[in-house]
Amino acid sequence: MSPNLDELLSAALADIAAAADARALDALRVDLLGRRGRVTELLKSLGGMAPDERKSYGEQVNRVRDALNTALDARGNTLADAALQARLASETIDVTLPGRGIGVGGLHPITRTIQRISGLFNELGFETVEGPEIEDDFHNFQALNIPESHPARAMQDTFYLKDGARLLRTHTSPVQIRTMLARKAPIRIICPGRVYRVDYDRTHSPMFHQIEGLYIAEKVSLADLKYDITTFLSRFFERDVEALFRPSYFPFVEPGADVHIKWDDPEKGSRWLEVMGCGMVHPNVLKAVGIDPEQFSGYAFGMGVERMAMLRYGVSDLRDFYINDLRFLAQFQ
Amino acid sequence: MQLSLNWLREWANPAATATELAHKLNMAGLEAEGSPLAEHALQGVVVGRILTAEKHPQADRLRVCTVDIGTGTPQQIVCGAPNARVGLCAPVATVGSTLPGDLHIKAAQLRGVDSAGMLCSAKELMLSDKSEGLLELDDTATPGTPISTYLKLDDTLLTLELTPNRGDALSINGLAREVGALYGLQPCKPAVEAAPVTSSKTLAVTIENTADCTRYLGRVIEGINPQARTPDWLRERLRRSGIRSIHPVVDITAYVMLELGQPMHAFDLDKLEGSIQVRRAQAGETLKLLTEETATLSRELLITAGGQPVAMAGVMGGADSGVTSVTTSIFFESAAFAPAAVVGTARRHKLSSDAAYRYERGVDTALQAEALERATTLALAICGGQAGPVSSAGGDVVSSNIMLRHQKLIDLLGVEITASEIEACLHALGVTVSKAGEGAWACTPPTWRFDLAIEPDLIEEVARLFGYENIAAKPYRAALIPPKQSEGLRPAARIRDALVARGWQEAVTYSFVDPKIQSRLTPAFTGIPLDNPIAETMAVMRTTLWTGLIGAWLHNHQRQMRRVRFFELAGTFAELDGQISETPRLAGLAFGTASTEQWSEKSRPVDFYDLKADVEALSAAFGGDASAFRFERGAHPALHPGRTAALIRDGQTIGVLGELHPELVRSLDLPGAPQLFELDWSLLSAAKVPVAQPVPEFPTSRRDIALVVDETVQAQALIDAARAAAGPNLAQALVFDIYRGQGLRDASKSVAMGLIFQDYSRTLTVEEIDTQVAGIVTALAQKLGASLRG
Repeated sequence: MSPNLDELLSAALADIAAAADARALDALRVDLLGRRGRVTELLKSLGGMAPDERKSYGEQVNRVRDALNTALDARGNTLADAALQARLASETIDVTLPGRGIGVGGLHPITRTIQRISGLFNELGFETVEGPEIEDDFHNFQALNIPESHPARAMQDTFYLKDGARLLRTHTSPVQIRTMLARKAPIRIICPGRVYRVDYDRTHSPMFHQIEGLYIAEKVSLADLKYDITTFLSRFFERDVEALFRPSYFPFVEPGADVHIKWDDPEKGSRWLEVMGCGMVHPNVLKAVGIDPEQFSGYAFGMGVERMAMLRYGVSDLRDFYINDLRFLAQFQ
Repeated sequence: MQLSLNWLREWANPAATATELAHKLNMAGLEAEGSPLAEHALQGVVVGRILTAEKHPQADRLRVCTVDIGTGTPQQIVCGAPNARVGLCAPVATVGSTLPGDLHIKAAQLRGVDSAGMLCSAKELMLSDKSEGLLELDDTATPGTPISTYLKLDDTLLTLELTPNRGDALSINGLAREVGALYGLQPCKPAVEAAPVTSSKTLAVTIENTADCTRYLGRVIEGINPQARTPDWLRERLRRSGIRSIHPVVDITAYVMLELGQPMHAFDLDKLEGSIQVRRAQAGETLKLLTEETATLSRELLITAGGQPVAMAGVMGGADSGVTSVTTSIFFESAAFAPAAVVGTARRHKLSSDAAYRYERGVDTALQAEALERATTLALAICGGQAGPVSSAGGDVVSSNIMLRHQKLIDLLGVEITASEIEACLHALGVTVSKAGEGAWACTPPTWRFDLAIEPDLIEEVARLFGYENIAAKPYRAALIPPKQSEGLRPAARIRDALVARGWQEAVTYSFVDPKIQSRLTPAFTGIPLDNPIAETMAVMRTTLWTGLIGAWLHNHQRQMRRVRFFELAGTFAELDGQISETPRLAGLAFGTASTEQWSEKSRPVDFYDLKADVEALSAAFGGDASAFRFERGAHPALHPGRTAALIRDGQTIGVLGELHPELVRSLDLPGAPQLFELDWSLLSAAKVPVAQPVPEFPTSRRDIALVVDETVQAQALIDAARAAAGPNLAQALVFDIYRGQGLRDASKSVAMGLIFQDYSRTLTVEEIDTQVAGIVTALAQKLGASLRG
């Protein structure tokens, strides 16, 4: 290579390496390789040379041009990279500062429990049905085989309206009556809702929630009920629940049962806890809603939502559900 | 009901511990729990007999007694009880013994007199909650006998919570029957023999209607000893059932009730003026009860003597005809009152009695004669006297047959039980069973089982004895019935989740509220009052959810939680022309800062537009047709008149939102004005199934204009007018800025509107758009006095 070219190349490479930013580098590129750049001019001058000389000199100039292009690109990349790094550094924020916004709310644990229980039964084809909270004697008592003079009325102290006829439902069972009156068997429903009883102390609230289920079809049996309830309880508590069915009495079922589950209490040890009532729908109830008890049978069950929530979430005081203290509620987000 | 287990074991004594027996009863549907009777051993407490009792030389109230405690050496004991008297047998805590409450008995001096031990009351021995002096024991008690032996304190209390259908088991007799059936043993029921009749004195009895009282037996006993005392064995059995000894005759009636299950009553014969009749009360009649209260009667079943009410049948006797300490002649009543005739009477008069508890549940209709003879025998033994013949009215009740089909039983229980097993179960319970064709039985329940009326009742009895635990659970099998899933209804869960995601916390508050607060919030709707509210602050059904939400807010505000956003989805109640309507509503209350506390933006209180954004999100996000929802200026008595909007859909008002009225903030003494909304759930949840439109292919064009209008002109009016004036190409009209101040006349504002044009088939030309904008500006000028801002 001619000494001039050599000199030009090494001087230009030094300049490129020294280019401080993209603009300086662009200027160098124009100065060297632009339309009137020094290397471009050299290439233009090839035209006036003898063929032999042109070939050899031309190759040398092209090599210089390629070397410069490579060096310019490399330097350009380096500068761009450095600029990006500098920008990223300057734009860095404290990501540990809290996000701005409106915070997050939460569902009430009662709703959460109802949704969970309903959901488990919905999957089995039980349709969620609701009904009025102000009821009449027929739907709340008579159709459920609780006539006027029945001692079971004393079991459920009732809130009455001033007319003495209408009342706040004492259980969600009237929804079953309304559904059976409106539909034909087979029926499979789950009925959550608020219920009311005249009772107010540490373990009783005048308003609480129940969820009841009803299944009417041909040849539904107590053995079916036992399986369905045990399976539900195991799914709800997410463990193999040991359930005990004990004969009990509710006017609207016969046979009737209380369901107790084995509960490991850290303080009181292992014991049986009553969690729900159930039984085979009483023929008088079926007759009251126009279903032939000879053709159909069915089971019904009911449980207190608060009780289930207390067991599931370890709530120890029933009153917490109605005070709506944010520190309590926030635990159920 | 509580009973002594030792007593029960005298009748039926299975080889089972108290715990095992209780479990067996539980598994048969009789809720039972056994607990040891005497928590305290009472070691060193013995029977003592007071030999002498002299006044203490230094203290008027104290007595110095010498007491035989069976050691041969009488002990000197100082005692303050008023009933300490010569001859009395009473418990003595001897020196060295320890009484309940860690009271160590030592030899001591009381006001200068030696005292070696302590004469005890029932309370001091923890045998009673209260006591009137020393616990008096039978004269025949042997001094020195340990009190725990004498009173047979090594016993278990059986506490039973029986369901209302099992009135038959409310006695030793009934429980022994049940235990017998469960363990396959025959109860040894002591034979009751007819008492000797030594007097001819009778009192005639009649029954007005045998539907109310199927049998009434009575008997006179003359010449009883008014000084007679209930023996300790009987007192103790009553005490273990929580019944205090009152009078030997009354105690005997209670004892027979506990033993046999027959409630009884004893009248003072001398107070009965004329023959006995069982009849319904006439309205307005009165009866002074044993509680000393006078009941005004309506249709209650009564016992009358000479026409005058002397007892509320099956519930409580009258005060004037009751047995007293001077009674010498009595009339025993043993009757079968029908449950339907008694039920409700006690509750209506706010009374409770063991008799009513049993009659409401049903008393064996064949038991009366036996119980009367038992009571007479006890009375003659304890009180002496001469018994007259039994007066009787009414008679046996014929039980009806119940058909039981084998296949029905198998179908209902879902388990195969053999015919012989079924027959054995029913026999054990006293049911008379006879074959009635192939696979069926005709069954007659015993007279004490009121609850057995239909086939499933018998099926349950068989299942009970067979054991519910022996019925194998059958895996789920059912025809699939897919529930309805309407896309035209928004599930509540989605709305709740949307609110939760926007920072709202769900609350659950009571459906009955304080009428004083509610009437301030919804003065036009008073709320349905309860007849028997639990408190004045929970007396009316809510017309709005705000009352409860305000309560929840205040609870938290008072506890330094100053930013709240509560929502509730629940029913509200109103009555119009006697018709009750229940309207589920979704309501919310927001108070405090708009954002959670943070570092980057200036903190400001939550305002109307924060709330509106949330309500918009609810309506728009789920409606699928946001344009159908409109906000208009609204009015609500509880809200700031200038800061209230109504949410309207298809011309129907769905609800309101706004800021609480400053006057209410002042008068209810609230810490500030929260933002509130309340929407009718059924209107909000109705959704339209989407009908898809093609996505436009051609670009939109936007023109922004600034309009000067009077302050009173609302944004919605400008948008509505622009829409009305524009053709179909106006895709959207929106307000994006409001300016007030310099360069504008007073009471006016500049509203910046964006007008977005679009056509589905082509790109609109500049000229076309200009023309449309000009048309809109002209219309706005004419309708709303808007002028383009220069």
